[in-house]
Amino acid sequence: MEGFLQLILTLDMSIRLSVVLLLACLAGLFSERAGIVDIGLEGKMLIAAFFAAAVSFETGSAWMGVLAAMAASLAFSMIHAIASITYRGNQLISGVAVNFLASGLTVVIGNAWYRKGGQTPTLAGDARFREITLPFADALRDVPVLGPIYSDLISGQNALVYIAFAIVPLSWWILYRTRFGLRLRAVGENPASVDTAGISVVRMRYSALVITGILCGLAGAYLSTAQAAGFGREMTAGRGYIALAALIFAKWRPWYALGATLLFGLLEAISNLYPNIDVFGIFTIPVQFTQALPYILTVVILAGFIGKAIPPKAGGEPYVKEE
Amino acid sequence: MERMPKWADVFLVPFINLVLAFLVSGLVVLAIGENPLDAIYYMVKGAVGTTSGLGYTLYYATNYIFTGLAVAVAFQARLFNIGGEGQAAIAGIGVALVMLAFDWPAWWLALPFAIAGAAAFGAAWAFIPAWLQAKRGSHIVITTIMFNFIGAALMGYLLNGVLKNPNTQNAETVAFPKAAALPTAYDILAPLGIPFSKSAPLNISFILALICAWLVWLLIWRTRLGYQIRAFGQSESAARYAGISAVRVTIIAMLISGGLAGLLAINVVMGEQERLIKEFVEGAGFVGIAVALMGRSHPFGIVLAALLFGMLTQGGFELLWEMPGISKEMVLVIQALIILFTGALDNMVRVPVERMFLWLGKGRA
Repeated sequence: MEGFLQLILTLDMSIRLSVVLLLACLAGLFSERAGIVDIGLEGKMLIAAFFAAAVSFETGSAWMGVLAAMAASLAFSMIHAIASITYRGNQLISGVAVNFLASGLTVVIGNAWYRKGGQTPTLAGDARFREITLPFADALRDVPVLGPIYSDLISGQNALVYIAFAIVPLSWWILYRTRFGLRLRAVGENPASVDTAGISVVRMRYSALVITGILCGLAGAYLSTAQAAGFGREMTAGRGYIALAALIFAKWRPWYALGATLLFGLLEAISNLYPNIDVFGIFTIPVQFTQALPYILTVVILAGFIGKAIPPKAGGEPYVKEE
Repeated sequence: MERMPKWADVFLVPFINLVLAFLVSGLVVLAIGENPLDAIYYMVKGAVGTTSGLGYTLYYATNYIFTGLAVAVAFQARLFNIGGEGQAAIAGIGVALVMLAFDWPAWWLALPFAIAGAAAFGAAWAFIPAWLQAKRGSHIVITTIMFNFIGAALMGYLLNGVLKNPNTQNAETVAFPKAAALPTAYDILAPLGIPFSKSAPLNISFILALICAWLVWLLIWRTRLGYQIRAFGQSESAARYAGISAVRVTIIAMLISGGLAGLLAINVVMGEQERLIKEFVEGAGFVGIAVALMGRSHPFGIVLAALLFGMLTQGGFELLWEMPGISKEMVLVIQALIILFTGALDNMVRVPVERMFLWLGKGRA
């Protein structure tokens, strides 16, 4: 029983840590499926996290924070869109610029507003997302096995967690069951054919980056108003890049993205809860290895040693309309 | 027919990009209620107003020359090496191993070995992504990003383990032999009767950086290998047709790139800190991207751009004292805008400038 509760605790932490990765990964999915490589997920999440915390603090409402986060992230996504779609600039360079801009602006604005070295004031009450207790969670706690799973794992998460998990089937439905999704995927594989069919490549790609912006906004808001109680400088700490890794791991598919981000969340939870793992007293797995494992796994997958990850064909190339 | 004269391509367009970046930066400063002109004044004064400031400016510029050249050599082969950060960090291990292997009696004896250590370790960290790109088709941007994180984890592991100085809580090695400390600007200039700040970290690595810039110029524009790298960068299929091996060019360009990024460790680890500290690269690998973009991947341009970014970094620190309302992270905003305008939004300026020259050309004919 002791071990089982420990497992529930680890899984609960994995879920909490994987939500940011999941939202960012889905954000990257829409952009890359439309043929726009986005290494600026990190920056968009960071600026979103800042504005979520600042606006939640000022208004006292976490939901207002979410709206602000989406707006900020959307603005950054549009910088990327203008640079890489309208002006056909290098998408990687634009992404790097977005990340730098967010790193700098969050601290500059944060310090100008709150004079706390870039931090926002601590959030309390309705300015944060709090845990929601699902019906019968308390009553069912004592049921063996299923009780703790329902009461401690499924129940007791905050609203953004449930929203994030709901976005997975929604993304799948949009991408594979709607005309918009079909066109979006086509634009990432063969933009010329989409253009020939009389559909605007530019408009499709802009739409994709709007979705990317909104999802990164949710991810950032989750970081600063649900997972933590306020913004801290560089609080995304490379999660945008892990999300990118998860996207490759997921082979650019929504359900796989859920699996990949849960796995990476689990690895992060393990490295937090059990820093150095002793293997039968023979050797120790150092915490740094567990931390680096998502990146190592991604490189192995990319190298094609275990399965092959094939990115959307037109990814990274600006589309030049034929005259 | 050329669309615009060469001077416009090399100077006018980058200049307009730079002006736009600074204008938007100025708007950010205005928006947080400070005076941008005052900010510029204090930054320039802090960066070059004293020999101490100048010493720091050139010290940072040294780092940026190395990382800028690293990004540029890869750019010439149309490879985006975003892993300078990790390559420089791992190179620090190479420097530390060399410096701690012997009780070096003199710096000039240690320096060649330290350079070899730094370049070899930096190049080794670039080799795996290069090999994976060339042989397995894994995208080098993603793999070099991943290797930055793997490198950071490896550094953390070693500096908390076998390489750790047992007498301190910090994740760092023991100090290097005192006799092997690189001569600083003060040490070099004092015998000549030129006064220079004793505290500034500027050291002989600056000259090494300038030599590297010259060597890169020789390599890219005066050797067969450089020609192959450029040809491959211009058109992969044409280069293949001309019998240039894609695998060979990719791997060699990335080895040189990683080695150059690694030399940053000479300046910081051997020249300034004189022991290996975990987070010594401090983003210089990423700044190299901005430097290479602004310098148009040409060593001369890179040296100029590195000086500008050195001024910005040092000026940013000084700004903190004079105008506490502006954080030193304002420098990051300026760097971001320079990357954005000179890199990603280049066509926004280039196309209208081209049209203007076409229009002028028509008027004359």
